[in-house]
Amino acid sequence: MLTREDVEKVAGLARLKLTADEISEMTDKLGHIISYVAVLDEVDVSNVEPMAHVADVANVFREDAVRESLPREAALANAPKSDGKYFLVPQILENA
Amino acid sequence: MSISELTTAELQNGLQAGTFSAVELTQSYLDAILARNESVGAFLTVCGESALSQAAAVDARRQCGEPLGPLAGIPVALKDNLCTEGTRTTCASRMLENFVPPYDAHIVTRLKAAGAVLIGKTNLDEYAMGSSTENSALGKTRNPWDLERTPGGSSGGSAVSVAARLAPLAVGSDTGGSIRQPASFCGVVGMKPTYGRVSRYGLVAFASSLDQIGPFATDVSGAASLLEVLAAHDERDSTSVDRPVPAYSKSVEQPLEGLRVGVVQEHFADGLDEEVTSSIREAIEVYRSLGAEIVDVSLPHAKYGVAVYYLIACSEASSNLARYDGVHYGRRANEFENMVDMYAASRAEGFGDEVKRRIMLGVYALSEGYSDQYYLKALKVRRLIRNDFDAAFKNVDVIASPTCPTPAFKLGELVDDPLQMYLADVYTISANLAGLPGISVPAGFSSGGLPIGLQLLAAPFEEEKLLRAARMFEQETDYNTRAPQLD
Repeated sequence: MLTREDVEKVAGLARLKLTADEISEMTDKLGHIISYVAVLDEVDVSNVEPMAHVADVANVFREDAVRESLPREAALANAPKSDGKYFLVPQILENA
Repeated sequence: MSISELTTAELQNGLQAGTFSAVELTQSYLDAILARNESVGAFLTVCGESALSQAAAVDARRQCGEPLGPLAGIPVALKDNLCTEGTRTTCASRMLENFVPPYDAHIVTRLKAAGAVLIGKTNLDEYAMGSSTENSALGKTRNPWDLERTPGGSSGGSAVSVAARLAPLAVGSDTGGSIRQPASFCGVVGMKPTYGRVSRYGLVAFASSLDQIGPFATDVSGAASLLEVLAAHDERDSTSVDRPVPAYSKSVEQPLEGLRVGVVQEHFADGLDEEVTSSIREAIEVYRSLGAEIVDVSLPHAKYGVAVYYLIACSEASSNLARYDGVHYGRRANEFENMVDMYAASRAEGFGDEVKRRIMLGVYALSEGYSDQYYLKALKVRRLIRNDFDAAFKNVDVIASPTCPTPAFKLGELVDDPLQMYLADVYTISANLAGLPGISVPAGFSSGGLPIGLQLLAAPFEEEKLLRAARMFEQETDYNTRAPQLD
């Protein structure tokens, strides 16, 4: 059973600021989905290897060669805040 | 006959014969968009100016006798989760409303090299999460066969652009049915290639082990021509597979001898609409009449597909969407208390309800104490689903089924019931979990005039077989030639 406290904890982990109404709705709708996926309990998976992906490729390597990269101006062009050289973020360390 | 009624092959012939120029062709589609996009809402961005200049460049090359690419002068619409350098790519999200990519997706580079005319960016469910395009934060898309109904999703805008004859070809992405389901709802051909057949470089990631890019067209041959350009190895996507690309557009007209069509009896269970049932049964009879052998196959774990899919897709999404932090690109909230609060506030403002729900489900399924019960369990059942298909394809060439359990549902009908919306994906999602190619082709109409789609699946990298089998059916029917009346 998914509780309100579970949802609040997950929202914190997911870095999502939810309103009280959203927490209530999420508790209800996620609860339904989580009860539904319990259908998997009836499947016997002993001795089954998990399948993380289906691609028929593994360990794709390439030469460690220097290549042209995205110019700084293009990399910063979509930044919400930048000084033309760096991405700007709020102060992280107290009293710095 | 107006240009918009022509198939891709007929358009190519017309361009070659000089019946019309690429500029005239492009202009006629731009006129159609101007006249009809307002009522159906297929496009978020129309690239009129750049499309006309790409078309003019094709005309100039043709005049000089220079070599032309395989899609020279043919307009193509792109789902707005495919990065286009210099043209905004929104994912239909407030988060990326003003995002202008600094590079092209691999398939965009391929299309430009093939001479295609990129006519615009189409609407989708936010971040491709949804089955009705109603989760778009930037616009409403309507089904051209009935404006009160959904076009399906998440590639709803791409499906509608082709169905409403606003573009002859469109590109979508399919994570759990997001090409095939809207193709079915809108009465067009839509195909999801094998995982790894098309590079995902520049496709905004939703669930990386399931996402695949594929074509929409009014006929199977058009889809084959577009796939031939999209499919290629690309070292920037390490899951893209390095193997030759067959000449799909050439082989598609050759019928298959001794075709074995698999039918899954579990597919015709409760919840399948009666008219869909009879259309699919008739389609199977068409194959029988063409000399195909109809073989019963069993996919005992298919019924767990929806549960497995939502656990895996949401887990991967929660990780992929962690990058939207209001720092490098995308939306940043104006008010926050500190760095972490800036992340949380920006994400709360930028993402819509369904995206938040899926991130939450994914974080929960991966969280300490639950990951074995949910995520790992889902990965194990995923293997059983794939094993079922491997066994089935020992005895059959393709598996035929409905694409969707019902024709298009009404706008608003399922928005408040996410679980019901998820369950409607029951026929399409197994192909993504198993990495198989699948196609939806028009196979009938309901008594209310809504399209019904036939889905065919094949073994990995058997796109050629899939397209040829689909073409055999199309040749015997005329469902794909009907277009909705919008004027």
